[in-house]
Amino acid sequence: MTSQPLSREALLKIRDLFVHFDLGRHTVKAVDGVSLDIYEGETLGLVGESGCGKTTLGRAILRLTQLTSGQVFYRDQDLAHLSKREMRRQRRHLQIVFQDPYASLNPRMTVGQIVREPLETFGLARGKDADARVKELMRTVGLSERFIKRYPHEFSGGQRQRIGIARALAVDPDFIVADEPISALDVSIQAQIMNLLDKLRREKNLTYLFISHDLRAIRHVSDRVAVMYLGKLAEISDAKTIYDDPLMPYTRALISAVPVPDPAIEARRQRIVLPGDVPSPINPPPGCRFHTRCPYAIDACREVEPPLVEIKPNHFAACIRISPEQPDIEKVAPGDAPGLSYAASL
Amino acid sequence: MNGRNGNLLEVRDLRTYFHSEDGTVKAVDGITFTLKRGETLGIVGESGSGKSVANLSIIRLIPAPPGEIVSGEIIFDGQDLLRIPEAAVRKIRGSRIAMIFQDPMTSLNPFMKISRQLMEVTQLHLGHSKAEAYEHAVKMLETVGIPDARARVDSYPHEFSGGMRQRVMIAMALSCQPELLIADEPTTALDVTIQAQILELIKTLKQTTGASVILITHDLGIVAGMTDHLIVMYAGKVFEQAPTTELFARPGNPYTKGLLRSVPDPTHEQGKLYQIPGLPPDLARLPAGCPFAARCDRVQEICRREFPPFVQLSSEHYSLCHFAKEVYDESAT
Repeated sequence: MTSQPLSREALLKIRDLFVHFDLGRHTVKAVDGVSLDIYEGETLGLVGESGCGKTTLGRAILRLTQLTSGQVFYRDQDLAHLSKREMRRQRRHLQIVFQDPYASLNPRMTVGQIVREPLETFGLARGKDADARVKELMRTVGLSERFIKRYPHEFSGGQRQRIGIARALAVDPDFIVADEPISALDVSIQAQIMNLLDKLRREKNLTYLFISHDLRAIRHVSDRVAVMYLGKLAEISDAKTIYDDPLMPYTRALISAVPVPDPAIEARRQRIVLPGDVPSPINPPPGCRFHTRCPYAIDACREVEPPLVEIKPNHFAACIRISPEQPDIEKVAPGDAPGLSYAASL
Repeated sequence: MNGRNGNLLEVRDLRTYFHSEDGTVKAVDGITFTLKRGETLGIVGESGSGKSVANLSIIRLIPAPPGEIVSGEIIFDGQDLLRIPEAAVRKIRGSRIAMIFQDPMTSLNPFMKISRQLMEVTQLHLGHSKAEAYEHAVKMLETVGIPDARARVDSYPHEFSGGMRQRVMIAMALSCQPELLIADEPTTALDVTIQAQILELIKTLKQTTGASVILITHDLGIVAGMTDHLIVMYAGKVFEQAPTTELFARPGNPYTKGLLRSVPDPTHEQGKLYQIPGLPPDLARLPAGCPFAARCDRVQEICRREFPPFVQLSSEHYSLCHFAKEVYDESAT
């Protein structure tokens, strides 16, 4: 899968989304101004390190976390400003699959009850119809209907994730946030779940926001990839481009740090090892948030917040040291910041 | 003083079982390998494959009961660790053999300053005085790249980030210049840019100290870049064993082959991922025959009936499979 045609319609339009958590004396700026389109039928991969705000962004889109400000348009309806009741009705179309399937399944309910609950909540099926639908959903996600009376603890991690997926599918949603859905699973099981999610997307024309810190999985499942760093988007493009031609220095380091399962490639790879840790989102650095670890940072990077601009066609990056004329950070003249004048010209 | 044949570590037919009401779980059931000085061995496997139990057996940290090392030899520098007194093992553990684990908080005491935790090790094993141990602690933190080491040595573990705690644990493990470092999923809990820092650190320290390393992980990407030899474990058994480059280029076991194909490779475009069907077996109720038979894409009648042989494919390459030679030959093309 490669890039999306531009004409494709956005199912979700996220505009200037902020999620700040007030801790009394401090404010955690978990999501700090994110705008993003998610196209119908695509898998958008959202990748970043722990604390970058990717999970908070996913939850805020579904209003499972209170937004501080911003808009989330779903089919031209702003979810951010719906009443609780109206939002509950919309939830039918917007579902989530969690990282830890065990924590997200009620241990006192059988698989049948878990998958059936959303059908009844939304009044979609009752009695025998609901029974039939539950069995059909179990088959769809690869669970034998013999297990219908079993409890979550009787299943392995991968099977529990299938239960979580069946529950999300029960209401026939358009859009699913998959929040680290394979991180807790063994390697051989991860492939099963990735393939299952992909099959369901094609069969049911679903749209996914696939959140993960696993860059290999993101590369595999995504049509486009958005990279997040400390509450902001650093770069976004189609998956192949992000991995073959990353532009922003953080993305470049991130991609170069991914271990590749091939000894020949590993032996000749030059890894960009970043110094230090990700700074705290409580007091994020001013200017570009990456400047504290960036090998290319100049004085201006400490002051100017870089806007996310289109450096190459459909390839957006937030870095003042590059521009459409000079997209290669390695070739920029020392001290030069061509992105500054370019952003001013927009 | 080198061990037999110049090997630092020789493990022969190690078997570690756990006894429970459900029956006996053969967590490690016959593993054999040698590790030369300065070499890195990777042990890969999924959860329940026995890779961590194998590591804990080597340093004799298996809780007994319910665990029991049923048989085997663990010859470290000419000395069988299974046949020397516990006190002698304790002397080796932490000084000549050191360990780092996935979660640094399991090996760091949250109530103790980092300085004191580092000092304990060298006071015990190297006979350092308090002042010597303190200086050594600062030096070790500098070695593992903690900025402002002298100012931070008196911090508590919670004042450090996950990556820094992992560095502290590595500093502690390396305090006595061990000859063997066992790293059990050392970067699994860390972010990818921090993982790169830690792996780079282990590589550099290995080069400067000449230590041998056993790296236990589920991540085939990490072992590809870090190890000389590989062992692939499944259901307590060694399924395949080979030099790393050969194992990746020419696997001789259907499980290894499936595992390699099921990991997305970001450098290549892929369609549908290969998936190994089903689940790993219950170790307390292993079927007759090959433990992988139920999930294997080339299973034959004999696989369900007879336990497979450990077939030698080249001078250092072995595979546990009735059809090892065929799989190996297919991989060549």
